[in-house]
Amino acid sequence: MKESVRFVVNGDPVEVLVEPGATLLECLRQDLGLTGSKQGCDKGDCGACTVLLDGRAVLACLVLARSVEGRRVTTVEGLAEAGRLHPLQEAFDTQGAAQCGFCTPGMLMSACALIEENDQPSRQDVREALSGNLCRCTGYTKILDAVVKAAGEVHQARAAPKGGGKP
Amino acid sequence: MLPLPPIRYLAPKRLRDALELLEQGGRGRTAPDGDGAQRRGPVLPIAGGTDLVPNLKHRLLDVELLVDLTRIEEPHLRGVREVAGHLHVGALTSLAAAAADPLLRQRHPTLAGAYRQIGSPQLRNMGTVGGNLCLDTRCTYFNQTAFWRAALGHCLKRKGTTCHVVPGARGCVAACSSDGAALLTALGAEARVEGVAGDRWIPVESLLQSEGRRHLALLPGELVTELRVPAAPPGRRAAYEKLRMREAIDFPVLSVAAVADLAPGGACRSLRVVVSALSARPRVVTGLGDLVEGRPLDDAALERVAAQAYRQCHPLANMTADPAWRRAMVPVLVRRALRRAMEAR
Ligand SMILES: Cc1cc2nc3c(=O)[nH]c(=O)nc-3n(C[C@H](O)[C@H](O)[C@H](O)COP(=O)(O)OP(=O)(O)OC[C@H]3O[C@@H](n4cnc5c(N)ncnc54)[C@H](O)[C@@H]3O)c2cc1C
Ligand code: SF4
Ligand code: FES
Ligand code: FES
Repeated sequence: MKESVRFVVNGDPVEVLVEPGATLLECLRQDLGLTGSKQGCDKGDCGACTVLLDGRAVLACLVLARSVEGRRVTTVEGLAEAGRLHPLQEAFDTQGAAQCGFCTPGMLMSACALIEENDQPSRQDVREALSGNLCRCTGYTKILDAVVKAAGEVHQARAAPKGGGKP
Repeated sequence: MLPLPPIRYLAPKRLRDALELLEQGGRGRTAPDGDGAQRRGPVLPIAGGTDLVPNLKHRLLDVELLVDLTRIEEPHLRGVREVAGHLHVGALTSLAAAAADPLLRQRHPTLAGAYRQIGSPQLRNMGTVGGNLCLDTRCTYFNQTAFWRAALGHCLKRKGTTCHVVPGARGCVAACSSDGAALLTALGAEARVEGVAGDRWIPVESLLQSEGRRHLALLPGELVTELRVPAAPPGRRAAYEKLRMREAIDFPVLSVAAVADLAPGGACRSLRVVVSALSARPRVVTGLGDLVEGRPLDDAALERVAAQAYRQCHPLANMTADPAWRRAMVPVLVRRALRRAMEAR
């Protein structure tokens, strides 16, 4: 029998009726129409389903939808603000960091979690932050370039006297 | 798509309520339903779900009700704290939090480091220290979809009558794949086990059993609520070596934990070497006392220990990595671990 779960997704409070065995990924994609988060392996290996749960990167394919009651979920759809792409999205575009694009939403969310905590990451920090996200196309180099570039921009924006703070 | 089976889900806030739910269901047993007619499946605890959810998706176990532990409010289940010189780590502490914890990093840097090597950042944010210790045993013939397993024929661990790794065997030799379990065994850590009927501390070494189908000495309804890692004496040297196919995400295909305690002059007081990812229980290498105690851990001593571990450890074909290669790597990892331990601090 379906049960209700209430949580906040990309800033909006939602209430959804889900089967107790539904994953957060199924709830996001099928019930809320947020198909940005991808279903790759569906068992924790690939990172395509990465979303932020209370700011931390998690795998939506392994989270029970019922368990996010009262919590805050951010998906790739929540990255752009007021019609402006997040610096990470801009950088993925300009650096050519997406090919087929299937891994991209997960990469962006893992990178976003990193930059929120550390906007001056070394290349090794970025590698580690993305080590749970597989990409079968790019060879990763351009993804690393893009994250380093975006982090630099976020850092500058935060350091700027006005208009600083969160990107 | 790997849908979960139909389940019920509850997330109690009090430990007592969780224990009662588990007790009523009885871990791994079936109990009569309210009207006594219908039969229910077992009740299982779920923490981070990073082991249990894939396993349920693969239909590796029966479940009727999942009891989510992560809403339990009792403080001893969370975080790292010091009690009488020993470190207590709550079972619900995430691997990421344990790996980054200042106290754990200062007192047992090897354990914090081992937690940091588990899975991926996302898995460490979700996975808990308790779930890691209780991690189900793994086998290449078992951790597969129901379709895959049915095609080959089911094995002893579930539904079948034979073992594909050791044909004719009566027991299951699926491998302990928990990095925490191996190192906690070497550190002489204990686990607090709580149930409706009571509360006890048992050494991790005796919590972990050698039968792959029942690898935990827990009674139905019991939970691990915290770990106690005994204070490291001065002169402690420890290291953990993990062999895996990729440096990220993958489970160990072999691992070695080494914990040495040295006297002020450098002579070895005691040495514990644990080799894991062999079968269900981490193997404590025996007979090391005569080989090293009272003597410095020099290259010759390392060779003796490595040879002893090689004699006692026999990796099986329970994972895709070649058992002969894994066996050849036993002394290599033992040497690496001991060298690293001696270099540390
Ligand atoms: C792709 C991938 C890679 C991984 N790599 C590694 C690795 O390299 N090393 C490694 O060690 N692990 C690895 N794991 C396994 C897992 O992520 C971690 O071991 C994690 O810590 C498990 O904790 P959890 O809280 O998610 O456990 P859960 O899945 O919630 O639980 C695991 C088991 O323990 C039981 N349980 C949970 N909590 C308790 C408790 N307090 N008392 C009693 N029983 C309990 C559950 O019923 C279940 O049977 C990997 C998993 C995946 C999917
Ligand atoms: S060791 Fe044998 S019985 Fe155990 S899971 Fe593997 S094939 Fe099955
Ligand atoms: S779809 Fe979740 S990790 Fe692959
Ligand atoms: S761009 Fe295709 S998988 Fe990464």
